Formats: sequence, C-alpha cells, structure tokens
Amino acid sequence: MNALLLGLRTIARRPLPAVLTVLLLMLGIATVVVLLLFQQEFEDRLGRDARGIDLVVGAKGSGLQLVLSAVFHIDVPTGNVPLSELREIARHPMVASVIPLSLGDAYRGFRIVGTTPAYVDHYAGQLAGGRLWERSMEAVLGSRVARETGLRTGSSFIGAHGLEGDSGFHHDEDPYRVVGVLRETGTVLDRLVLVDSASVWEVHAVHDASGTMPATGGTEGGSGADDPAANGLPAGDKEVTTMLVRYRTPVAAISLPRAINAGTKLQAASPAQETARLFQLVGTGLDAFRAFAGVLIVASALSLFIALWHALHEQRYDLAVMRTLGASRGRILRFVLIQGAVLGVAGAVLGTALGHAAGWLLAEWLARARSLFLGDLGWVPEEGLVVAGAVLIALVAATVPAIRAYRLDVATVLLERR
Amino acid sequence: MVEVENLEHGFGGQTVLDLPSWRVGAGEHCLVVGRSGSGKSTLLHLLAGLATPCAGEVRVAGQNVSALSPSARDRFRGRSVGLLLQTFHLLDTLSVLDNVRLARRLAGLPEDRARCREVLEDLGVVELSRARPSTLSHGQAQRVALARAVVNRPRVILADEPTSSLDDGSCERVAALIEAEAARHGATLIVATHDSRLRGRFERSLSLDAPDREPAR
Repeated sequence: MNALLLGLRTIARRPLPAVLTVLLLMLGIATVVVLLLFQQEFEDRLGRDARGIDLVVGAKGSGLQLVLSAVFHIDVPTGNVPLSELREIARHPMVASVIPLSLGDAYRGFRIVGTTPAYVDHYAGQLAGGRLWERSMEAVLGSRVARETGLRTGSSFIGAHGLEGDSGFHHDEDPYRVVGVLRETGTVLDRLVLVDSASVWEVHAVHDASGTMPATGGTEGGSGADDPAANGLPAGDKEVTTMLVRYRTPVAAISLPRAINAGTKLQAASPAQETARLFQLVGTGLDAFRAFAGVLIVASALSLFIALWHALHEQRYDLAVMRTLGASRGRILRFVLIQGAVLGVAGAVLGTALGHAAGWLLAEWLARARSLFLGDLGWVPEEGLVVAGAVLIALVAATVPAIRAYRLDVATVLLERR
Repeated sequence: MVEVENLEHGFGGQTVLDLPSWRVGAGEHCLVVGRSGSGKSTLLHLLAGLATPCAGEVRVAGQNVSALSPSARDRFRGRSVGLLLQTFHLLDTLSVLDNVRLARRLAGLPEDRARCREVLEDLGVVELSRARPSTLSHGQAQRVALARAVVNRPRVILADEPTSSLDDGSCERVAALIEAEAARHGATLIVATHDSRLRGRFERSLSLDAPDREPAR
C-alpha cells in the first residue's frame, strides 16, 4: 500500500469529478495528437510526392489546381496542351529533364496516368512482379491499386472516363492488360495505374471519332519525328495533360516560370510555392483546431483544480490524521500532487490512444473516399512532449490545493470536529 | 517521561493553557481533567508536537519537542507518540489492516505485516483485517484505532476523550482496554477527559480548571 495506491483510492472515492477531469483532458490531448499526426503525415506525404519536381507545366488555370492535379493527383486537371508547345520548353537549356502525364481516366477511383518509364524512375519505383509497359494498352499498377482492386499481372480491366468515381461511361472496347505491379514506395505512385501515353490517345481516339468526348489528341502518326533534344518527350503533335519539369540549375526558378506564363499559352506552377500556399490556407483551419484543443486542456486543468480543491475540504481530517501518524508536510504535499499526476497521466495516455484511433479512422475514411491517401500514422516524437506537457499542466493545477494541504493546521482541524 | 515547564499557549491573544510545571514519569498513567475549553486537547496537541507553544518547554521522552525541526518532529510523533482521537477517524479508503500499516509507513518504519496483525490480534479484531472502517461498530472501530495508536510501540499514548460518548459499561471496558494496552507496551498514558467516571481509575490526575478563568470556548 504505497502513496500511489492511496492516491488512487482517494480519487476513486470521488469518481465523478475525476472522470470529468480525465475526459476533458483526454479530448484535448486527442485533438492535439490528431492534429500532430495529420500535419506530420500531410507534410511528409506532400513533400515526398513533390520531391524533385521543380515546375509543373500545363494548361492555363489555377496554379494550385495544376499542382494538385499533376503532382498529388487529387484535383481535376486544368486541361490538355499540345506536345509541340511542351517540346519548346523541354528543349530549353535550363531544363534538365521532363516527364509528360496524360490524365482523364480512372479505374475504380484510381487514376490512369499515361506517361513514360521516367515517371516510375522519378519515385524510385521498383517492380514487385512482371515488367514495365512496352506498348499501348499495357498497364503497371501501383501497390495500393493492386491490393485494393485485386488485379494482378495478366488481369485485364476497362478504364472509366473521368477521375472522380464512376462516370458510367466505360471505354468498353479497349481493355488494359496488367503487365506489372510496383512495390510500395510511400508516394503517389502507389495509387496510380501507369500506362503508355499512347494508350490514352488510343482509348480516346475511338470516342473522338464518335464525337462524344473532348479531344485528347489528334490522329495517329503526327509530324514530329523522334527528337533527341526533346528530353524523352513523345513524338507527334498530340496532346498531353501536363509536364513535370526538373531544372538544370536553380537559377531557372527565377526566369523560366515567368517566361512560360508570359510568353506562351501554357501555365507553369511551382509545387514548392503552391504547397506552401496550401499550408497557409489549411493552417488557418488548423489554428482554429489548436485553439479548440487549448480550450479543452485549460478546462481540464480547471476541472482538476476544482476537483482537488473540493476533495481537500473533505479530506482535511484524513490529512490531519496522517499528520498525527507522523506524515510530514512534504509528504502531504506529494500526496495531493500524486493525485493530480495520476489524473494527468490517465488523461494523457487515454487521449493519445483516442487520438491514434481517431486518426486511423479518419485516414481510413479519407482513403476510402479516394480523396487523400495518408500512409500509416505512426508515432510522432512530439507526442512525448504532449504527454509530458499534459502531466505538467496537471501538476501545476494540483499545486495550489497541494500547498493548501501542506499548510493545513492539524491542531485546528482536530479541534473543529468537536 | 513527560515534562512541562512554564507552558503557555493561546489563540488570538487569549490564553487557553497556562501550566507552570508538570511531570509524568515513565509508565505512569495520568488523567487530565477540565471543562470543555480548559485546554485539554491543546495540551495533548502540544505534547504531540502538533502545535508549538507560545512560551515554555515540552519534553517528551527526553526530547524538547518544540526544538525539533518540523520534519523531525513529525517523525518523532510517528514513532514515539500514539494518538487516540475522540472520533477515531480511520481512513475509509483503506482496509482495517491497511490503516494500521499506514501508521508504520508514515512513521518511516518497515511495514511489518506480522506486527500489524499482532496488535489487531491483541485487541481481538484481527478477523476484521479486510473490512472497511465504515462497516465497523463503534466498539470495533475504537479497538482498531487503539491498534493503530500502539502499533509503533510508542513511549507515550495520548487519548482525547476516549469514553465521553459511551454508556457506563462500555466506558469501563474501554478505559480498561486502553490501560491494558499502555501497560503491555510500557507506555506512559495521558488521558484528557471531562468524563468524571474516569476519575477514580487513575493514580494521578491534573486539573486544568482554574477557578478564576472563564472557559475560552
């Protein structure tokens, strides 16, 4: 029977205020933990997806939309642009490499991206099985796509037009054949279906002929022959949706975007700048959440203070008796502080657990809605600080009641019981 | 064992206790009588070091109590003084046995479960070890409180109004019980009471009733 156990039993004698205190603290801590987890994972993920992409070039529109659609694959594209115009940029001396992307179709909510093998290399993608696409209508699946759709090497599937869910319009005549599956990379690659740019043109050419779909390309076999200076861009006068650009020199960041935006019909947007803008936008919302968590934690500290203060009034005879049995003032002080610490630790531990559970549920829900894919929400180092902070706040809230207990005049308390 | 010199104590400028000289030898039993408010409880608190006298000196077991540092005084009280309070006040968060163990712990002594059971055995309440204090009868609670007071083998047992709320038969039994426990441990016993039924039992007594003093409370 040690001080901790005695403290626990003392708390258990007045369970309601204790439960209220722990509940408030738990909710406050859970909110902080969810924020930490999401912020961390969100920034990590966006950082990983945007790494090595200096500029995105596409059709005119919102720069943020262009980056969201081309880099993170969460928004709809701004439109299509002719390869011939992109080729001009790809040839620019400040451009080190480019990757073309053709968007527009999806399979069960996963985007089908027409591109070149350079896109796989960019994210250091490795094959878990099969091979990369070599000709039109061959597809390579990201790890998450394979896991959730059950498709494997050798399977066939039919893409649906549109990026969000099922538009009801299927490209029935053109089934894709899966030739390979990628290993998990922890990047956007995991949730993409990768095909050759030509595949997208082929699929849409059929509908172009029928006149029901917007054109994504002209007819097969255009003018441009294979041009080594075009940085691996496909030949022809067809259209793609966007092009990811890597600079040869940092100086390019100053002049190139401006040159493209002012001098061509295209638009250039920097993922770094656009995500910074996004964080700024989202940050205001996060600040509100943080303030909410702060209010909860302050309320819990207040509740803890009131609970201990009231308990002290009932306990003062107990405390006086403990003093008559030889307990020092310091021991009484610690006894009250321990009660505060117990409530603080309980709230912090339960809050962390609740935060992780809520974070997991939210991530699962977001993934199911195909809106935002967060990886495994692991432990964030800051959580240790949050737990320590919660216990510290509990101790501070317990300090005033503890000092009152410390100052208790035993003789007076014993006399008042007459 | 207990020596008091020129002791004075009061609250708010009003003298409650004025005791020029008083001694109780080792193993002696002494009754302290007086009206309500004559300073009986205050004298016990001063002897136990729960209050510091306004003037004068209190020596218990050769130790000048008010000269000790606060924490040394607490330790001294825990080990050398057994306090039996009028309302026994056992901690209801703990079992009977744990109440007795707490007295060992708070005095900084090893818990010594065997010793705790032994005192409960001596007082005939060992079978209640696991019971909650709130479920005990008045007499059982008094025995447990007495067990808690003597578990550390105190040199001095201080009892405050141990019999005032009891009928004649119980009064007799309780007084005998306390005296027997004090004798078993060779402790000096000081009983403060306004219960006139105890007067004949003790070889020594001290009256705090001064004819010229008004009751303070």
